[in-house]
Amino acid sequence: MRVLMFGWEFPPRMSGGLGTACFGMTAALAGLGHRITFVLPQPGEAAAAPFLELLSAADRSAPGSEGCEPAPPGFTFRPVPALLGPYLTGGDYRQRYLAEENRFGQGCGVYGPDLIAEVMRYGRAGGAIAREAACDVIHAHDWMTVPAALNARRLSGKPLVLHIHSLEYDRSGERVNPEIRAIEREGLAQADRIIAVSHRTRRMIEELYGTDPGKISVVYNAVSRSEAGGVYRVERRAMPRTDKVVLFLGRITFQKGPDYFIEAAALVLKALPEVRFVMAGAGDMMGQMIELVGSRGIGSRVHFTGFLQGKEIERIFSLSDLYVMPSVSEPFGIAPLEAMLYDVPVIISRQSGVAEILRHALKVDFWDVADLAGKIIAVLKHPVLAGEMAQEAREELRKIRWETAAERIAEVYRQAVPSGPNA
Amino acid sequence: MPSVCLYFQVHQPRRLRRFSFFDVGRIHHYEDEAENRRLLDRIAHKCYLPANAILTELIGAYGGRFRLAFSLSGVLIDQLQRYRPDVLESFRQLARTGCVEFLAETDSHSLAFLFSAQEFGEQVLLHAGRIRELFGQQGRTFRNTELIYNNDLAEAVQEMGYRVILAEGTEKLLGRRSPNHPYRPAGCDGLKLLLRNYRLSDDVAFRFSERSWADYPLTAAKYAHWLHRAAQEEAVINLFMDYETFGEHQWAETGIFPFLRELPGEVLRNRDFCFRTPAEAAEAHAAAGEIDSPGFVSWADEERDTTAWLGNAIQQDAIRALYALEPQVRRRADAGLLATWRALQTSDHFYYMCTKWFADGDVHRYFNPFESPYEAYINYMNILDDFEQTLTGTQENSHGTDAR
Repeated sequence: MRVLMFGWEFPPRMSGGLGTACFGMTAALAGLGHRITFVLPQPGEAAAAPFLELLSAADRSAPGSEGCEPAPPGFTFRPVPALLGPYLTGGDYRQRYLAEENRFGQGCGVYGPDLIAEVMRYGRAGGAIAREAACDVIHAHDWMTVPAALNARRLSGKPLVLHIHSLEYDRSGERVNPEIRAIEREGLAQADRIIAVSHRTRRMIEELYGTDPGKISVVYNAVSRSEAGGVYRVERRAMPRTDKVVLFLGRITFQKGPDYFIEAAALVLKALPEVRFVMAGAGDMMGQMIELVGSRGIGSRVHFTGFLQGKEIERIFSLSDLYVMPSVSEPFGIAPLEAMLYDVPVIISRQSGVAEILRHALKVDFWDVADLAGKIIAVLKHPVLAGEMAQEAREELRKIRWETAAERIAEVYRQAVPSGPNA
Repeated sequence: MPSVCLYFQVHQPRRLRRFSFFDVGRIHHYEDEAENRRLLDRIAHKCYLPANAILTELIGAYGGRFRLAFSLSGVLIDQLQRYRPDVLESFRQLARTGCVEFLAETDSHSLAFLFSAQEFGEQVLLHAGRIRELFGQQGRTFRNTELIYNNDLAEAVQEMGYRVILAEGTEKLLGRRSPNHPYRPAGCDGLKLLLRNYRLSDDVAFRFSERSWADYPLTAAKYAHWLHRAAQEEAVINLFMDYETFGEHQWAETGIFPFLRELPGEVLRNRDFCFRTPAEAAEAHAAAGEIDSPGFVSWADEERDTTAWLGNAIQQDAIRALYALEPQVRRRADAGLLATWRALQTSDHFYYMCTKWFADGDVHRYFNPFESPYEAYINYMNILDDFEQTLTGTQENSHGTDAR
């Protein structure tokens, strides 16, 4: 099938799991013979995705601008210049916008003045691609692509599959941005089919947006195996270390529960003073977390690495003895699967979608800091436990494959296009 | 004349409470009494009392022709004495009929034979004493926890004076031979081995209410017909199963109680047939050959081995840590500490740590009070940690798990 896909990040430029998911998913869909045109809201460097055609929505906004590079058969990948990142808040966006303005001396004229306006602008530009990129189905990821996808649907008359990786409620808790919620609501109402990354997310879509349950399918994410894993594993074994390392990897934001990680660290350190805690990531709660570490008096044991990418992530996984994901609300959560690829045992919150499929992980309620601390201590104290979990997890990971997810997504495409694809 | 030999295992573990790392050194009682009480009451209501009533009635009705055996774990007896003496009394009433044999086993429903000969011997003695006191019987038949069995066990049990031992009728032991005869364990001349006919036993225990089964619904007449057919030239059909099959694993709604009620009549309809207890069956029939079992077999899972309790690294780690405490426990010579250590030996604690999730795993999960085997291990190791601190005298001895 020909798929016009709207995303917002893609390797190597990304800040979260959505880019990882889009990469694994599109590779597997291409492997099944589907042809994907991927529209991206940022100017991309050449992505390492020979199976994709990248489309630039920016080119649409300026009539007469040059077209795309000829792509390998089956795939197009087009970036749209935009200041969008997947996890922006309105305030973040304003900062970025002003920074860009400074860079160009004056309003650069490309970007919209606020986040929502930018999403709408991307929507007009990106949607216009549908006029010329022939497709059988439109597949869009999360709220930021909704205006573009709806526009594309209107222009092409093709069915829309909206893939929900995260809702505004996940990201912001009770402090939701009403405009974003409205865009989500519109997208969920208009979409022909909806894919939720977990039953947790499916329930939230039904309960918070009153969406018809009949059009929602759950397709779990998966994890791609990277070659580097083996290399770093060797390094890990070769390197003598005395202090155990417990890793938090993710945006340091409300959604990810960084404060529970630090409170648990404080408890663990009372029992096992030699442990090191690493917070890898950046986000709007970073300053607050540094203060919390200070007030608990554990500054020498908690390390902030800032935002990590690519090889740095592989390296930090390979150096860790335990990965903890204490998310307050996690629609899925690919990072634990990545940790498992490095034989790192994982503790995840029950408030995550990935908890629905992982058996060989320890689970906690994100608010139960004592339970979390107790489990961290157990994994660090009992190498036999860590080893057993890692060994079983290796087996479990074999069954969590993008190929399987892609088959289920293709099934949703077929439901959305009941009469089969047009030539 | 072919016999039908019924033996029901009666056991409920004393489940451990949630015990966090932060409880170590602070809390010294390990049992979840409320949960154990709740489950015991439920099972007493759904299974023990109604099934005992039916069996008592049947024994009365058939005037000695209907006979059977129970094995009550010491762990269950503890709980019945503490919470449900009425249920214990109903078992005593069955004992008084003279038609019920009570088997011997390890008091703690433990895996002690695999880890400590001394502890195994003491637990068997302890259990024998309690059976004598409660039911007035001197046991002649031994069954090890979960029918775990090998040649060495047979020898040890013969040495202790038992005349009969039970095991799983697996092909691993039998090859192509029939399970429906007594056998002689390799190296034993004073002991007979009765082997569970797992197909016929599991027809009741597992398949009774399975609607997709070709033989659903199973009636007593149909089942008795199978027994009559199977046993034309054979000696004894051993139907061994958990007592909780009646009313708990197979709910009352499935018709399991009418099945039980009608079974003796249907079996005895064929005049060639009779019921015998294990000791009686072993005495009535000659051994058909020798069974050699250098390795351990059990009645659990498809594998019929010990991997349900000792199959992975965390199970092995936990049980080794437990038995490593034996010298210290003995040195302290404290009845409370010994009882606590024994309570921690119950096989169920290790069963909960089993990671064989798929296929068999479903059964494991159904009976697991923990969310995962890892949680079971962590909880157990925290408790063991606290117990060890108590043993080494770094804490007050204020243990509350002793049930006696």
